[in-house]
Amino acid sequence: MPTRSHGGLGARLRRGVEPAVLLGPGLLFYAVLVGVPVGLVTGYMFARRGRFGGVEWELSLDNFSRVTDSVYLEVFRESLGLALVATVISLAIGYPTAYAIAKLPPRWRTVALVLVVVPFWTNFLIRVYAWIVLLNSQGVLNDVLVGLGVVDERFTLLYTPGAVVVGLVYSYLPLMILPLYAAIEKIDDELLEASTDLGAGRVRTFLGVQLPLTLPGVVTGSILVFVPSLGNFVVPELLGGGKTVMVGNLIRDQFLKAQDWPFGSVLAMMVVVLLVLLFLGQAWVTRRVEGGARA
Amino acid sequence: MPSRTAGRAAGRAAGRRTGLGWLWLPLGLCALFLYLPILVLVAMSFNGGGSAYRWDGFSFRWYAELARDSDLIEAVVTSLGIATGATAIATVLGTLLAVGLARHTRSKMLEAAAMAPAILPDLVLAIGLLAFFYMAGIPKSALTILLAHAAFGTAFVVAVVRARLAGSDAALEEASRDLGAGGFSTFVLVTLPSIAPAVVAGALLVFTLSLDEFVIAYFTAGPTTETLPITVYAMVRTGVTPEINALATVLVLISVTVVVVAARAVRRTEKS
Amino acid sequence: MTQSTTPGVLLEVREASRSFGHVRALDSVSLTIAENEFFALLGPSGCGKTTLLRSIAGFEHPDSGAILLGGRDLLALPPNKRPVNLMFQSYALFPHLSVASNVAYGLKREKLPKAEVTQRVAEVLDTVGLQTMADRRPAQLSGGQRQRVALARAIVKRPRLLLLDEPLSALDRKVRAEMQLELKRLQHEVGITFVVVTHDQEEAMSMADRIAVLAEGRVQQVASPLELYRHPANLFVADFIGTSNLLAGPSDRERLMVRPEDARLVTPGEGTLSGTVLDTQFQGGTSTVAVEVSTLAKPFLVCEPGATAAVRGTEVGLVWDHSVVVGEGLA
Ligand SMILES: Nc1ncnc2c1ncn2[C@@H]1O[C@H](COP(=O)(O)OP(=O)(O)O)[C@@H](O)[C@H]1O
Ligand SMILES: [Mg+2]
Repeated sequence: MPTRSHGGLGARLRRGVEPAVLLGPGLLFYAVLVGVPVGLVTGYMFARRGRFGGVEWELSLDNFSRVTDSVYLEVFRESLGLALVATVISLAIGYPTAYAIAKLPPRWRTVALVLVVVPFWTNFLIRVYAWIVLLNSQGVLNDVLVGLGVVDERFTLLYTPGAVVVGLVYSYLPLMILPLYAAIEKIDDELLEASTDLGAGRVRTFLGVQLPLTLPGVVTGSILVFVPSLGNFVVPELLGGGKTVMVGNLIRDQFLKAQDWPFGSVLAMMVVVLLVLLFLGQAWVTRRVEGGARA
Repeated sequence: MPSRTAGRAAGRAAGRRTGLGWLWLPLGLCALFLYLPILVLVAMSFNGGGSAYRWDGFSFRWYAELARDSDLIEAVVTSLGIATGATAIATVLGTLLAVGLARHTRSKMLEAAAMAPAILPDLVLAIGLLAFFYMAGIPKSALTILLAHAAFGTAFVVAVVRARLAGSDAALEEASRDLGAGGFSTFVLVTLPSIAPAVVAGALLVFTLSLDEFVIAYFTAGPTTETLPITVYAMVRTGVTPEINALATVLVLISVTVVVVAARAVRRTEKS
Repeated sequence: MTQSTTPGVLLEVREASRSFGHVRALDSVSLTIAENEFFALLGPSGCGKTTLLRSIAGFEHPDSGAILLGGRDLLALPPNKRPVNLMFQSYALFPHLSVASNVAYGLKREKLPKAEVTQRVAEVLDTVGLQTMADRRPAQLSGGQRQRVALARAIVKRPRLLLLDEPLSALDRKVRAEMQLELKRLQHEVGITFVVVTHDQEEAMSMADRIAVLAEGRVQQVASPLELYRHPANLFVADFIGTSNLLAGPSDRERLMVRPEDARLVTPGEGTLSGTVLDTQFQGGTSTVAVEVSTLAKPFLVCEPGATAAVRGTEVGLVWDHSVVVGEGLA
């Protein structure tokens, strides 16, 4: 007589209790401190602004139509532009650097990686502040330029869009270098040798083999620089002197100054949607490059 | 043809030694870009004069000012308290979550959700928490910052510990049960020791992230709560003094120490 | 829950089935294993051997069927309560514990007095010849030594049944041959019933008292090595175990099997079949002659003692002393 058995009641209970003990506290914590807040922001998008902060729960779609206001469109254009420039510059500095680190002997590789992350672990505001000291008209950069006779007069580099870009690149460069390094380091040297063996030159090998294989790293690094750049309000304020307004400043102001939480929520969720779309794109690129090797 | 392989091997060995060639250039420029601002700050912290930019003789004057700045010291104490509490909560919850995910789920969605707070822009989490504490009528204070930091810190611990578990042999836990250990004993005697380096790394990560975190703290701080980054923000906005240079030097020194110690600890545990 | 079983039977698997999606890893498997037996589960990769072993150890649950140990229902017990131990294919030695602590791990879970634990650990390390390695970490051992630690860790618990999943597959050829003998000696010495999983038919034949041949989740035949070799239940078993020549059988669904060592070369015209010598291989003690026969798809192999006199390209006749009829389909 074959018996159907999935273990006794005790065994089944044990199998149910363990996941609850392990997963329960963390998921509950998340539900309250991440799920509810993000849900609230989502809900705010459809509400009316309260007089002193907060919202009136009245269904309204006005917040969405305001986004197309020309004042805001101009801010989006400038933010996207600056974030994009910062990303491209980070990539231009990051790729050769990551490539060089990957080619170092193993001992020095670790040292180089530590050197890349150390600035990242120093206080973010201090790192931004350092550029105030450097770029100021009385600052070191001016001393050098005047001393070398490159320029005749002291001038301020501070409070320009250029200073904002420099600040963003400096803030997020390690986030570009690390995924690039991971992607470059993974490539089997024999693939590049095979390409050369088959008659390709250095440039062809780089464009035809190296770059496509490291594309997932390029995309990941670019997302990690681009999205935080959009949401950053400290760099535009301190290095842009408030003249350059990014999406991040706009969102901050809606919550802490204008007290228009619903509109601020719409702006914030736009950044989230962009982030999700970019990550979907990244997953697609990775799948293309790795050719479903893991599927 | 032996000569060909020998030639290639020799070429490769030579390439290893000197092959970086022009690659030293980006490496050097990048190092300059990353460290020049920091070095200037460190140099300027020993400036005797009252300007943050103009050199006016060597002195430890600003370090003395720093040691006397009671507001700043209070902010450091607050930040350390928040970081300690957030690290404790995030390390426990994150470790349990990572182990639970590894053992009991195959859902990619749930895994992504458990790491999402680390990827979510800090500004979005900050306004969400502001809205949440406002709606729930919870007064903003150091405690609300602590909870907020614990929430995103948990995600970082999950990410680090989960990666370690993915590389470890699932058969170890099965072997433990096979030899008569229950779920709890297995967790304490086998699972924890094997993920210990990742748990320590995760805890260090949360601690330093919390100490440095500005955006969420700025939105969830009470009117009188001042964390270190909030104080620095105020100092930088209201005027640049050499005192910040001295503070910056101390902070850089601390983070260099933490990173080097952490890197060494991880390497040592990996070796054994 | 106690159910009746034949005396002398230790383990009984009754119509156990387990599916993963569309894959039937176990398809109504029934087996009995006797006390003190050295039993082998043999089959190609993916046939369900590991799934069966893990079901007995408790890490896998059959969708239906029963597994009884000494008449007691095993499926009701969690893995840590089953008087059965598994030696993992990867050995699963705890990397953070010394050899002695690895071996003591299971005894400590039984809450035995410290002195007894120390003594039994020392004894079992002695048995597997690792007394001097007690303080080393697994990472400081060779493959063969790790395998011995895994074995010691399992047998020190004195389980009623020891399950070994591909115990020798991670070892190189020379150590493997040594360990085959060692496993057999150990099983004799400790008096524990062994169930060994392997995909290597030579390994199964040389170690086991009885072998169950599995294919596609089903038991094809359970018999002694000799019986499997001489009287395979079907074409799959015949082909999987040893080398065989397959000729047309008495019916469409049956074939005639002749082992190479049962066949001889004779002068052309005198044999049951005739053909041309395609190739000869000298293996030392024996030689193998491949004969091309026009009516057969594959060359007919003949095993001759010593060096063969056959010359490539010459005509020969073939006769044999022993043949068996085997069915074509899987069980
Ligand atoms: N956990 C699992 N999930 C999905 N399929 C599995 C799982 N375990 C085993 N299988 C499938 O069941 C079949 C039998 O596997 P296994 O018992 O490991 O075979 P063997 O040990 O004989 O090589 C294989 O087709 C395998 O892919
Ligand atoms: Mg297997």
